[in-house]
Formats: sequence, structure tokens, C-alpha cells
Amino acid sequence: MPKLTVDGVELEVPQGATVLQACELAGKEIPRFCYHERLSIAGNCRMCLVEVKPGPPKPQASCALPAAEGQEIRTDSEMVRKAREGVMEFLLINHPLDCPICDQGGECDLQDQSVAYGRGGSRYHENKRAVTEKYMGPLIKTVMTRCIHCTRCVRFSEEIAGVDEIGALYRGENMQITTYLEHAARHEMSANVIDLCPVGALTSRPYAFEARPWELKKTLGIDVSDACGANIRIDSRGREVLRVLPRVNDDVNEEWISDKARYMVDGLVKRRLDRPYLRRDGKLVPVSWNEAFAAIAALNPGSSIAAAAGDMADCETMFAAKTLLAALGSSLLEGRQTGMDYDTSNLAAVNFNSTFAGIESADAVLIVGSHVRWEAPLVNVRLRKAAKRGAKVFLIGPEWETTFGGEFLGEDLSLLGNLPAHVAEALKGAARPAIIVGGAGLGRGGLEAALALAGTFKLVRDLEDGSRWNGFNVLHMAAARMGGLMLGFAQKGGIADLVAAKPKVLLSLGADEVDYARFAGSMIVYLGHHGDKGAHAADVILPAAAYTEKAGTYVNTEGRVQWSDKAVFAPGDAREDWTILRALADAFGVSVGFDSFEELRGAMISQVPALGGEGLADYGSELPPGGGSAAGTIAYPIKDFYMTNPIARASATMQRCSAELLHGEHFAEAAE
Amino acid sequence: MADRTIEPDSPELRARWGNFAWSAENAVKAKEIVARYPEGRQRSAVMPLLDLAQRQVGAELNTQGWLPIPVMEYVAAQLDMPIIRVVEVATFYTMYNIAPIGRFHVQVCGTTPCMLRGSDEIMAACKARGMKKGHTTADGLWSLTEVECMGNCASAPMVQINDDNYEDLTPERLDAVLDALARGETPKPGTQDPARHTVEPVGAPTNLAAMVGENHDYRGEW
Repeated sequence: MPKLTVDGVELEVPQGATVLQACELAGKEIPRFCYHERLSIAGNCRMCLVEVKPGPPKPQASCALPAAEGQEIRTDSEMVRKAREGVMEFLLINHPLDCPICDQGGECDLQDQSVAYGRGGSRYHENKRAVTEKYMGPLIKTVMTRCIHCTRCVRFSEEIAGVDEIGALYRGENMQITTYLEHAARHEMSANVIDLCPVGALTSRPYAFEARPWELKKTLGIDVSDACGANIRIDSRGREVLRVLPRVNDDVNEEWISDKARYMVDGLVKRRLDRPYLRRDGKLVPVSWNEAFAAIAALNPGSSIAAAAGDMADCETMFAAKTLLAALGSSLLEGRQTGMDYDTSNLAAVNFNSTFAGIESADAVLIVGSHVRWEAPLVNVRLRKAAKRGAKVFLIGPEWETTFGGEFLGEDLSLLGNLPAHVAEALKGAARPAIIVGGAGLGRGGLEAALALAGTFKLVRDLEDGSRWNGFNVLHMAAARMGGLMLGFAQKGGIADLVAAKPKVLLSLGADEVDYARFAGSMIVYLGHHGDKGAHAADVILPAAAYTEKAGTYVNTEGRVQWSDKAVFAPGDAREDWTILRALADAFGVSVGFDSFEELRGAMISQVPALGGEGLADYGSELPPGGGSAAGTIAYPIKDFYMTNPIARASATMQRCSAELLHGEHFAEAAE
Repeated sequence: MADRTIEPDSPELRARWGNFAWSAENAVKAKEIVARYPEGRQRSAVMPLLDLAQRQVGAELNTQGWLPIPVMEYVAAQLDMPIIRVVEVATFYTMYNIAPIGRFHVQVCGTTPCMLRGSDEIMAACKARGMKKGHTTADGLWSLTEVECMGNCASAPMVQINDDNYEDLTPERLDAVLDALARGETPKPGTQDPARHTVEPVGAPTNLAAMVGENHDYRGEW
């Protein structure tokens, strides 16, 4: 623990800290461009210069200098001030200063820092450098003349994403950042380089010239495109969501989000259900709310009603539906739309127990039936970190391009009962062994067989440091899954139980993956926001709110309870889901016991107390013994990363990504 | 230097170089080069392998050799490294040619000592023979580049042609060298001044003359 002084204030910093970190601990702001907490240290922008004694009598780059005992650091001396001004002047020599037409304007590190630390004027009269634009795909817009060569994007793609595709070509003044042969960046996290870029060289292509940051209302939300529950900031203007940015949460998404989470929001204004519809003579015709409710109530289903929750439903919606069904005398609730029927009596057995942060420290990981890059890109980042620390990773399932190495053992679930010797050896010898069961590994006895392995290899154990390790993980794909399971949206036989009950009314809470042909005898009431598969099959459509248009509770695959706020209003006649269900209760003439969102949330929390606070829900750490045998070839459920939910399917950006990045379609660049 | 840009990827380029592979002799050399580095650090061999590849391309084309994209990909595949990292190396170092080049790469030093000793005339002599900076002559013989200091200041001005340095040049001496090269001969590398063998003083020493025969203490004369 070195002791040093920063601007005359003495403090102690952790071993291994850099001078820059020491200054931050002392509360001093150090300007920087290339340094980033989550990337390796490059030390090439020179903006973080400080004066350090003892040492050479010149300013030193604090980001790359280890803090040492007895250092006297000055961040406020004349030398430091002049050094910063000098560096800034050099950086601006080849920077175009086109802030008025730059999308980064208003949230630009270079802009802010030149105001705070620059000279205020230039002495440079020669010609500036110009660099040709580089094509980086449908998401990233480039204006490479603005690049200051911090290489954050290069380090991100190499270290975090694990797909080496961005590099710095040529040298010196001619250095240019580009992707190989200007191919599109091909990974699921590519757009994070836009946030990392401290200048306007890499900006968001779909958001280009849409808004200035100070015009936007910022709402804290939770992403629903997968089950990771990434923390996002929803930036909206008026009634439109313009963009989504990640929020920092080290437990969940660090500061990354997937491209789908970031860019599917333009689908929020397409294919929207903005008024109720009723099927008359086989055709959906627009009707008023009263007509729609009257048509449902006329059926008088009594207890012959079931509810299927979609992948993006929030807990409040599901709880409101549950209460409504309970008031009618039914408990036919199901959220696993595709027919999964794994046992949910112990939620610890279907939870990501090691947590995302914890899986980084695992030293042997067996992944069963999960295309992690597509099912949970944020978990893929964690697995890459684990592998870089030396974890051995084995995968069961069809091969896909991993970013962390790993050994594919085969495609058949029966491998679970018959692990190759070296895999068993690795799991047995590991201090922190982990198993990750993905969506494709849950069925056909896979969960039980994996649980049996969890017992064999003692995945639940006390570690040497006294903490508890639970390495049994289930990786879900639906944002609604864990919340739904906590609220009891699971039948013993899965959705087949609902089919067998032949309900008069099937309440579909945005469920778009259900095979509605099996409910041919039921009236399908679709509460949702997009005219997708569910709406096509519906007999009554009740337009509801998307995730940006309602406050809600979401539980991610770790069992982490998180709250999302309402950013904008739903379009047209669409209403928040819970109000529709409340009105439906009136139409049926039953009482559900809540009249406001607060009452609804209060009732939900009193029934499921774990939903009452943000953070990990406690499911206990005892796993059921499992057993039995699993067999069958694994096929991953996600066929197209960019098209997994109705919002993404409606999004022009996601459609283009899918066509260009996954299906190899070629798009001509528009002449600029 | 500023004109250095990578030759764009094209179907013709792929057709010509897509099935590039080491010649039998170079395959042995490549193996030996890779073996110089510890297990798991084979990427360190990227620079010698690129040089080898450039020479093989040169031998095939009877030119100085350059690195087409498919050849860089071949090297990347052999070393199991991302292709972008190979391109970074190839574009950083100017001794890798990233665009087609002539049989003789004439690199004229224009840094201060050479300039003081007449590199402008050397450059003019090159241009008089039809060479143009950053271009190859139509007959495919000469490519001209201006470079920075090559470390031959004691025998300035100099040019580097392919792997050899030619020093103490005058326009006439340069013409003699270039003519000899054009005829297919190999002129003597090094100084072109008949009065010199290497960089020893021409005629009598002008500096430290008193030191020639014996040790001399200059300190009293400062």
C-alpha cells in the first residue's frame, strides 16, 4: 500500500495502482483520451501528463506510471498546465474542428477537455490532414479525419469482443484506423466502440444527425432483448425513443450492451398496434376498447381462461394477469412459449447461480447447449475474461465461432452422462467449476442430467476464502423468464397443459413464439405492442405498451431484480398492460384488488417479497439431485441474432444487420 | 511516404495470388524462422516471414517483390494470427512494399547531410532518367522513393538500390551504377569514389591530423 501525496494531500493507494488512479482517489480530475478502465493501457494520447517527484524533471504520463511509495504528484503546477495545453494543441492540429456538424458535439471528450485544458486558440496555419472514410458496417458511421488515434476501438475489439478486426494501419501522421479491408465489424458488441470513441470519429449510423444530447430526456431502463437485463439509458425526445445507451453496472453489463439492445429501438415506431382490433368473419377490424372488451366478456369464460406470457413481459403485467385469472378461478399460467417443461419447483436449479461477475473467476466451465454469443453476448464477454485467466471451457452443442477458444465435445445431450475423461478430470480438479445450461440444453432431461453432474463435481461448495460458490448456471434467453417463474408462470407439463385444458380464452401477454394452431378452439386475446406472429393469430388485439413505455420490474437470468422506468407514452390508443388487465377485470365483473400501479406493485411484493428490492433474489443454494439420462441432438433456438423479438423484427436497422452481417447481402454505400 | 497505400483487394489480385504458397526452399526457411521463437510465440516470426514472402513474390515477378493481400493472409494463417495484425505490421514498416514495385527500388536519401552533399542533383539525375517519386517507370525497371537518413552520412550522398547502398555519388557515378544495373551487372556496392575504400578520409586527414602518427593532447589548444 504505497503512501504518496497528490497536490500536497497525503493518501494511501492500493498496491498496483497507477498514478492516474491515485490522482482520481485524491479527487483530482485527470484529462485522458486513450486510457479506459476496462481496456489495457496504451499511453499514446499523452493527455494525462502530471508532474511526479522523484523522477525526470519533465511531465510524465500518469496512466502508465505505477504509483510508488513517497511519490510527490502535482496536477496543478504550471508545468502540468503547460503540458496539457501543449498536448491539446498537438491533438487539435489534425482535428477538423467541425463540431457544428459532428454528432459527438455536446458529449465529446475532446470538446470538453479542450475547453477545460486547452489554450483557447491555435497557432497552426498549415494544411490539416484528411483521411478517407472507412466502412465499418451498418451500425458504425466513421469520419476518420476526426480520429485522434487513441486506439480504444482497437483494444476493445481485441480484448473485450475477442474478434480482431479493427487495426491501425500505416504510421505516424498517416496512421489510419480501419477494419480489415473495410469489412463490416462482425460481432454482437460492435457498437460499443461508438461509446468508447472519445471524439466523433466513430458515431452511431442509425442515429446520425437525429438529435443533440441536450435535447434528450434520459430515462433509466432495463434491456429486454435478452435475459441479461443490461442496464440502459433510454434517450427520448417527445414521444420517440431515439437511442439507447448502456449504464455502468459492474454486476451486470459493466458498461457494454449488445448491438440488438442498442439498435432495436427504431422498431418501436414500426408495425405498432395502436388501436384495438377484433376478428370479424376471419378479418381483423379496428374497434373501440368497449367493443373489444364486450366481445371478450360475452364469451363469459369463467375459469376456462389461460394466460401465456411473452419473452419481454414485465413482472407487474404478469402479476396483474395472474391476479385476474385467480379472480376468475384459473391458474393456467405459462411463460415458456416453445413448450419447455423443465421442473421449476426449485428456482435455484434454473438460475444463473454463480452470477455474471462470478463466472469470470471460474476455472473450468462446461457449456451445455448454448450459443452464448447470440443468447447472451454479455455473458460471452465474461466467459472470454474467464478463459483469458486460464479457465478451461468445454461445449456441448453444434459448433459456433467462440471468442474464448474452448473445445466442442459433440452435439448430443447424451454426452452429459458420458463425459470424456479429460473433461471430467478438468471439472474435478477445478477450484471453481461451473456448468452453464443454455436453452437448447434444458429439455429432454438435459437439466436433470446437468444437475446430476453438479452433484458429482460438487459445484456448490465453500471456497478457501470462506465464500460460497455455486457453479450451476442456467442461461435463459427471455427477459421475462425468471420473473415469470417467480410468479408461477409455469405448469408441470409446460404449455401442453394449457392446450390440454382447452380454455375458452387464451390471454397472450405479448407471446409471439407460441404455436397458436394448438389453441384453435380458444379465443386468443393478444395484449401486445407489435403486429407480429401473436397478433396475426389473435381474435382480439388489445394494444399495449413496449418496454420503454411502462415502468416495470424485470428479473434477469441471475435472479437479479431490477426496475425500469417509463420513457415515453405508448402510441395511439395503446395503454400500459396492467391498466388493460384492470379494465378486463371490470369487463368480467371480478375484482383484482388494485387500482393504481403502486397498489399493483405492492400486492405483487406482498405475494413475492423477493421482487420488493433491487438485487439478487435468494433462491437458496441447495440444488435438487437431478439424475436420469438425457439424449438428443442439440439445436440452438436462435437462428438469427438480430431477429429474436417483435421489436427487433420491426426494426429497419436490425433487418439490415441480419441481411448484411448474417446473410451476406451487399448494400451499396449511398453517395455522400 | 505519404503516398504509401495498400493495393486494394480485387478479384484479379485474388486470382493471381490466391494460391500463393512457399516454394520448397522457402518452406524450409519459413519453418526454421518459426522455430526460432518459443512455443506459443510464433507470431513473433511475422516480420521475417513477410520479408521472405516479399522476396518470393519478387522472384516470381522478377522485381523487388511486394505483399499482395492474399500473401499477407497466407502468412497470417501460417502463424495463426488475425490478418489485421499482419497488415498493421506490413503497412508500418516501409521496407515492406505494399504495392507492386519495379525491379530496382531506388531509394534516394534526402536528409540533411546528403542534401548538403548534393542529394538534390542525385534526385534530379534520377528524374532525368524518367523516374518519378512514388512511381515505377513504364519498363518496370525503376521505382523511385525519397527516404530519410540511411546512416551513410560519412559518405553522403547515397542511394539504396534493393539491398545495396551506393555512396559518394555524383550524377555521373549514379548514372554509371544505374546503367550497370540495367545491363544486368552487379556494380560494386558501397562508395563509388575511386579514391576511397570505405569511409576513410579522402586524401590527408583534415581533423585530428596530429593524432595520425602518435597520441596528441589537444586540450591545451582549446
